[in-house]
Amino acid sequence: MQQQQLSGSYIIPKNHNYAKRIFYHCFVLALGLLMIYPVVWMIFGSFKTNYEILNEALKLLPAEFSLDNFIRGWKGFGNITFARFFQNSFVLGISATAGVTISSSFVAYAFSRLRFPGRRFLFSCMMATMMLPSQVVMIPQYIIFRNLGLTNTYVPLILPSWFAKAFFVFMMMQFIYGLPRELDEAAIIDGCSRYSVYSRIILPLIKPALITTIIINFYWTWDDFMGPLIYLSRAQKFPVSLAIKLFADSTSKTDFGAMFAISTLSLLPVFFIFLFFNKYLIQGFSTSGLRG
Amino acid sequence: MIKMETRKPRTIKGFLQKEAVCGYIFSSPFIIGFFAFTIIPMLYSLFISFCSFRISSAPVWIGWGNYIRMFTEDPRFIKSVTVTLYYVLISVPLKICFALVVAFMVTRRTRLASFYRSLYYLPSLIGGSIAVSLVWKELFAVNGVVNKFLALLGKGEPIEWLGHPSYAIWVLVLLTAWQFGSSMLIFAAGLKQIPESYYEAAQIDGASSLQQFFYITLPCLSPVIFFNLVMQTINGFMNFTQAFVITKGGPMDSTLFYALYLYYSAFNYFEMGYASAMAWVLLIMVAVVTALIFKSSGRWVFYEAKGGN
Repeated sequence: MQQQQLSGSYIIPKNHNYAKRIFYHCFVLALGLLMIYPVVWMIFGSFKTNYEILNEALKLLPAEFSLDNFIRGWKGFGNITFARFFQNSFVLGISATAGVTISSSFVAYAFSRLRFPGRRFLFSCMMATMMLPSQVVMIPQYIIFRNLGLTNTYVPLILPSWFAKAFFVFMMMQFIYGLPRELDEAAIIDGCSRYSVYSRIILPLIKPALITTIIINFYWTWDDFMGPLIYLSRAQKFPVSLAIKLFADSTSKTDFGAMFAISTLSLLPVFFIFLFFNKYLIQGFSTSGLRG
Repeated sequence: MIKMETRKPRTIKGFLQKEAVCGYIFSSPFIIGFFAFTIIPMLYSLFISFCSFRISSAPVWIGWGNYIRMFTEDPRFIKSVTVTLYYVLISVPLKICFALVVAFMVTRRTRLASFYRSLYYLPSLIGGSIAVSLVWKELFAVNGVVNKFLALLGKGEPIEWLGHPSYAIWVLVLLTAWQFGSSMLIFAAGLKQIPESYYEAAQIDGASSLQQFFYITLPCLSPVIFFNLVMQTINGFMNFTQAFVITKGGPMDSTLFYALYLYYSAFNYFEMGYASAMAWVLLIMVAVVTALIFKSSGRWVFYEAKGGN
């Protein structure tokens, strides 16, 4: 900090520097606001009347804040309200995320701390699955689940999550490498089994990585569209992502306000994560990216 | 006592305590999942890619039939390949350049740095959602914000962004480039690791900030750029949701991305065999492109440990 300022002040006179700083902040802020403009526009749009949305698109603020759009949107379609869809999304998100977190931490412990024949090979296989286009396994998986009579259930959407995801295993491994090995060695000498090392030493120490996993995976499941689109056909079972698409297809020609309102509601959990767990998100995306 | 136990396990409990056994037990979720959800489906997919398989009846072996049909009799397939390549070639460099510039902007040491980072990261956090795709569609509607804004600038006629074959893809390119946030985070983390002393030395030697950017920042960041390029390219080939929601592949197949056509083949036309063959061609295409990027990396990716001083 000090160095930067020093070296800066040598080259540029002070007051010039000050003007430059103000310019910098204004520019960054303006560009940033431009970037989030579509989102802000959507949020305000959900309080506008359809007339305002269609004819006064440039006006950002609604003439008056009314909740009518939310009330109309929440009613959903085909006698199913959005309460149902939100509930479905939470059920899916929670059960998939629980699975990913538990299974990935198992595998991360094995790959980073235990020596066994084939470990390196298995690790390479896992990294390769990250690069594999999901389309290659999507169709056969669908056929298999279909033959098992599991379409229109959540099994195809949840079950694969219980078998570890490479991205999270890799992230947790980075974290475990950062812990001193002496910790688990000491515990083993004291007569601790490897299972207790995992549950009593590793697990509590990688808590930040676990939180990151929970957040990112919940958010991915919440956003997932293709999975539900392929496997679910009964509206009763739809998660929010799929329901919104159907809702928009059925009503958007006439009712933009309701569509915006529901869109805004569907992003609430993501905004919540963004506001309260931003640190973990940023950590997750930047650390696991760095050592690729 | 510990030694005895690890060497000669007599009981089941002792067996379960062996390190290698523990290793397999702990990695079993991955091993089982790898077979159940990757290897077996892949083999099955390879098999049905050589079959004519409409989901209602049993697969019939037709050899290379699907692959031949793809390249000789299916103009829509060729179209989807060109559209996808065009999209990837434009959107990925655009996104990475933008991410780089913004990362450079927001790593200046101010108290607001982390606030700015979050601000610019927000679009990519929500950009993948259906909600944003629907909003994007409205933004570019004939009487949407973009056209109204252009009208303000004096451009009279509203443009049919989504109705015109050569404009529609740009709506999707912009939506992709807009989600530069996670690349930017990775770049920002990389920028922080460049030692301050490099810049100080350059400043003493009288290098301009542009020179500093090109001769210090870019080379030091090149491994991270490389990583981003690979991941974004792979993702670009698989874009589905946004095209599905915003354009549905139209107008006139001008945004018929590969993944979208594959989806239509499998789940609208129920040609599972043909779609599986397409998936394998996608795999090969992605592998070739990735290999090309890897091959080129020797020329422009700079690893401090190996080269240099």
